[in-house]
Amino acid sequence: MRKNQNLGEYLQMQGVSRRGFLKFCSATASMMALPPSAVAQVAEALATARRPSVIWLSFQECTGCTESLTRSHAPTVESLIFDAISLDYHHTLQAAAGHGAEAAREAAMEENKGEYILVVDGSIPNGNNGYSTIAGISNLDMLKEAAEHCFAIVAVGTCAAFGGLPNAQPNPTGAVSVSEIIKDKPIINVSGCPPIPVVITGVLSHFLTFGTIPELDALGRPAAFFGQNIHDRCYRRPFYERGQFAETFDDEGARKGWCLYKLGCKGPITYNACATLKWNQGTGFPIQAGHGCIGCSEPQFWDKGGFYEPISAGQWGTRDALLGAAAAGAALGVGSALAARRRQKKAQETTL
Amino acid sequence: MTLLDFAIGPALQWSLMIMIVGLCWRVVGVFLGRWRRDLSRPRSDALVQGGLRAIITRSAPARELEKNIRFQHFTGYIWHIGFFMTVLLYEPHIDFFKSILGFGWPGLPSHLVVFPAAIALAILVMLTIRRMIDPMMRTITRPDDYLSLIIIISALITGLMASAHIGPRYETMLALHILNVELLFVWIPFSKLAHMIFWLLSRYRIGAYFERKGVKA
Repeated sequence: MRKNQNLGEYLQMQGVSRRGFLKFCSATASMMALPPSAVAQVAEALATARRPSVIWLSFQECTGCTESLTRSHAPTVESLIFDAISLDYHHTLQAAAGHGAEAAREAAMEENKGEYILVVDGSIPNGNNGYSTIAGISNLDMLKEAAEHCFAIVAVGTCAAFGGLPNAQPNPTGAVSVSEIIKDKPIINVSGCPPIPVVITGVLSHFLTFGTIPELDALGRPAAFFGQNIHDRCYRRPFYERGQFAETFDDEGARKGWCLYKLGCKGPITYNACATLKWNQGTGFPIQAGHGCIGCSEPQFWDKGGFYEPISAGQWGTRDALLGAAAAGAALGVGSALAARRRQKKAQETTL
Repeated sequence: MTLLDFAIGPALQWSLMIMIVGLCWRVVGVFLGRWRRDLSRPRSDALVQGGLRAIITRSAPARELEKNIRFQHFTGYIWHIGFFMTVLLYEPHIDFFKSILGFGWPGLPSHLVVFPAAIALAILVMLTIRRMIDPMMRTITRPDDYLSLIIIISALITGLMASAHIGPRYETMLALHILNVELLFVWIPFSKLAHMIFWLLSRYRIGAYFERKGVKA
């Protein structure tokens, strides 16, 4: 895409029909919970949008977020939209490496000062900066430098949004999220391990359409995608209501597709769009494949007890602790009974 | 740490510990207390039979008082049955007990458990209002009795709201429900709610004591 070309022209050049484009606009408006009347506005804005500059920084991550985005729907309108942005720096995807690549990043930042979107995946080591560096620059320094003149930050994946897996106990690198470092820029958390690609393109579409950040929930996630929990939208919900649960992964209940609550499904406390948007071109999502939700779009999901423990199974401590409490209680009882006997005896003697 | 993490983690551990310490303290203290000295020859040695008989006979209203206490007695039974059906037969509750006891049991469908819970709640609210407006009931009710009622009523309300996904987000409602139940755990040993342990023990002891005195109670 040429720098002065708008998105509509680019998509037309790529063979996307007007009907296909409008279909995408309708889906995008629907995903963003906009009224049908907004479709025309979305179409108009997207068709005339100039490509925004995007700088993508990858820190302590597994590249799953990038894999999710690049390997999923291609070649769809969503991926073309992604192609249509000016991805000026992404050290996993770009051919250049080393100081040349860093020079390109600095040049893009300078050229689009105050206008570029900073996408971050991966957490930032805040204990010892040497844990993760790029071209000799620590993740912490690179984030601070890139964030200084950006328009907004999109924290892609649970690592960037909430610290994620690197932040799990005992957190050897002192991993933190973007929002724990950057306090003066709008941050959109697109959490998930990995996040749903359509959610990322949805957020970018919102930028292109309105030039603003979308409505966010209490954890800084786009409310349109993270407004409902998995459980409420899950097709297995009726089995939960009927009390029909799979007890093991190979029992009759599992074969019949019953609710996975007892196998540790975290759907009731996890907010994401997996159950509605689904994965692999809308084919399915983990629960549909027979495994409970692990709550990957929630903060500290790795440290919330076992993945296979039901939500209602409390972390009540150890049997020894409870037996110790019983022994302590019994000792107190013996003590108070002896004291009462002494008091009664004394009272009796006084009476006599 | 989220509110739910706190509720199912440290708060649960501490509330269980406090309840166990408190109940063991009270039960052992009562059993090791001094028995009254016999002032005459014991009329019977069949203390066990006397104790067991009292447990059964005192589970029904006394014939002489039946007319006056029938309503209180049977509404009491109904709400207790509804409450324990909810506690013991709701699948997420069974999972909780399973995590402590190591075994579970079959439960009821979630939408069926709503009925005993709602009935228990309605009766409890009605009995509370009656307690507040009836002059005699009001006289024998102390502030801690009202506190016990508030804790149980709010546990039922928060539980129903959490299961029906009404009110705040599910995890917040669930955390509030669990914290409410933990408050109940802590309150049980130090209130009249300790009757959940003492109703059997005290009836047995009174029955055994009366048997020794020759009273068939």
